[in-house]
Amino acid sequence: MFRIITAVIGRDLKLAMRRQADIVSALFFFIIVVSLFPLGIGPEPDLLRKLAPGVLWVAALLATMLSLPRLFADDHRDGTLEQLALAPHPLGLVVTGKVIAHWLVSGLPLALIAPVLGIQFDLSADALIVLTGAILLGTPALSGIGAIGAALTLGLRGGGVLLSLLVLPLYIPVLIFGAGAVDATVTGLGGEGHLSLLAAITFASVGFAPWATAAALKIALE
Amino acid sequence: MKDRFNLYRFASPATFYPLAGAMIPYFAAISVVFGLAGLYLGMLVAPTDFQQGEGYRIIFIHVPASWMSMFIYLVMAFWAAIGLAFNTRLSGMMAQALAPTGALMAFLSLWTGALWGKPMWGAWWVWDARLTSELILLFLYIGYMALTAAIDDARRADKAGGLLLLVGVVNIPIIYFSVKWWNTLHQGSSVNLNKSSMAETMLWGMLLMAMCFWMYSIAVAFMRVRTIMLERERHTDWVKAELADKTAGDEK
Amino acid sequence: MLEADNLECVRGERRLFAGLNFKLEAGELLYLQGRNGSGKTSLLRMLIGLLPPEAGEIRWQGTSIKAQGDDFRADLCYLGHLNAIKEELTPLENLLAAARLADEDLSEDDALDALEQVGLAGREDLACKYLSQGQKRRVALARLVKEKRPLWILDEPFVALDTAAVDWLAGIISGHLQRGGLAVMTTHQLVNIPAGTVRELRLS
Repeated sequence: MFRIITAVIGRDLKLAMRRQADIVSALFFFIIVVSLFPLGIGPEPDLLRKLAPGVLWVAALLATMLSLPRLFADDHRDGTLEQLALAPHPLGLVVTGKVIAHWLVSGLPLALIAPVLGIQFDLSADALIVLTGAILLGTPALSGIGAIGAALTLGLRGGGVLLSLLVLPLYIPVLIFGAGAVDATVTGLGGEGHLSLLAAITFASVGFAPWATAAALKIALE
Repeated sequence: MKDRFNLYRFASPATFYPLAGAMIPYFAAISVVFGLAGLYLGMLVAPTDFQQGEGYRIIFIHVPASWMSMFIYLVMAFWAAIGLAFNTRLSGMMAQALAPTGALMAFLSLWTGALWGKPMWGAWWVWDARLTSELILLFLYIGYMALTAAIDDARRADKAGGLLLLVGVVNIPIIYFSVKWWNTLHQGSSVNLNKSSMAETMLWGMLLMAMCFWMYSIAVAFMRVRTIMLERERHTDWVKAELADKTAGDEK
Repeated sequence: MLEADNLECVRGERRLFAGLNFKLEAGELLYLQGRNGSGKTSLLRMLIGLLPPEAGEIRWQGTSIKAQGDDFRADLCYLGHLNAIKEELTPLENLLAAARLADEDLSEDDALDALEQVGLAGREDLACKYLSQGQKRRVALARLVKEKRPLWILDEPFVALDTAAVDWLAGIISGHLQRGGLAVMTTHQLVNIPAGTVRELRLS
């Protein structure tokens, strides 16, 4: 069971390393979007501190959306997806591997760069730690839920826009608890409650989403 | 065994098409009757609210529309589950036929909510937990309709849409809960709706209006499902016969 | 033994075929023939279990492939009209990755040997995007060299190959049949497979 997951992760990471431009451009998108906000709303530190959690999280959602359409599209186009579906393992395990690999190349870099961007918004050290932790905890859920949308829109016209339409409403809980955790830390309420709910959402979606995704992939492959 | 057979028989478009056609007038008539009764109670009998004046009467549209928007999503998810489990053709068609009505109800609920909010809260829109959830529900409806419209193959559209509905129905409670949590943290600006003392006539008015909307939804969904059936099965014999009858009838 | 029992296929609004039956024993090859759009590829996709038939059942070794799931897929090797190779990976990496994902043991020496047989010696460390169409097809076909699974389903395997490669592939397929394997394939050009029993099925 773990062999197939690690095999998929290994392959996808190797592919991602050969195509680093994709990872880097999603990351720069995140950085640019976050940096645009102070320019749009003014440099008052109080205001920025208040807006930071929401801005960073919305930018993280959008950056994830950017990389999602390719999650299965490349494999679909060159026929590898069929081979994955025909491997003698449950397809859900293969998808789990792909979701983990997607998180490693899209979610993890966001979490690593987030504290630097948080400094731009004058966040305190506590808030920066919570922000990093929240993005680390929440982004796997984004990859998991997003995979369902990516599979449902596989090979469709205007798949990218459609994907955002389907997936972004489902991201709302992650956004609320993720941004809420940072916000609660900024206002001194403590973000533990938010973080544990975020962790619950992540566990549930990384556990269940791959199986829904596998069902969607089978529909797309018919 | 016999029940099962019957169930499958009614699930076939060729039998369901005339059945739905025969039932539409009844549902439409019941809807009108309930609607008239509900409006009479709501507009004329129910007392004027001493705080909110006459403006509150919009709840006789607003509340039933919100109820229906949620109920229709559940019904669609139910059809989706049946369709994915038993691979019946009718279920996907029913889900697709219901979607526009559900979206309409969600939209109506938001629209009347805004009309009501202006005099009550002094703003067209407030980020009240219920209104926000309703907005997200509208997004879910739009997502479903966009997905099914983007897929050319009808069977794939049914299945993919069905899966999306099931994912949505699992997520709705989580979304609702998170929005509520968010709302209470940001000290909800919502005026507590008529919790105080809802007159019994008001409750009856709303129930009657809900029945009216319900019957309306069924009638409209049946009309739409009949169109979908004709379109999808246009190469089958029963549709050809049906259309031949129609044109013969028109010529008379 | 692969059996198709009363298969029916509907794509979109068209019924492509109905009441299709065949039985294939060990060592036999089934050629699927028919015009474009007659349902050859759809039938193959049914046989590999990706497309559920509208009616009827497919059985492998006596049990329905749907009920077998992973056990059936462990016996199956499918080669589609897409190459299923990754442009960014080298031919060697492609072969090894495909084997790992399919849960097969393939040593690096075996993989190199297979690539040499398909005439890609010296190119095993070049990313596939630098290869020609024909060479990419050969990378895909190299999977068959060490393939021990009993059921091969091949969609147009001879397309884009030169005559020497066609003969080589015919030899590989005969070897598979001689070992008691089964094969189903679609093709436009009839190629003489030296060993095994060849059956034909025409879809119309």
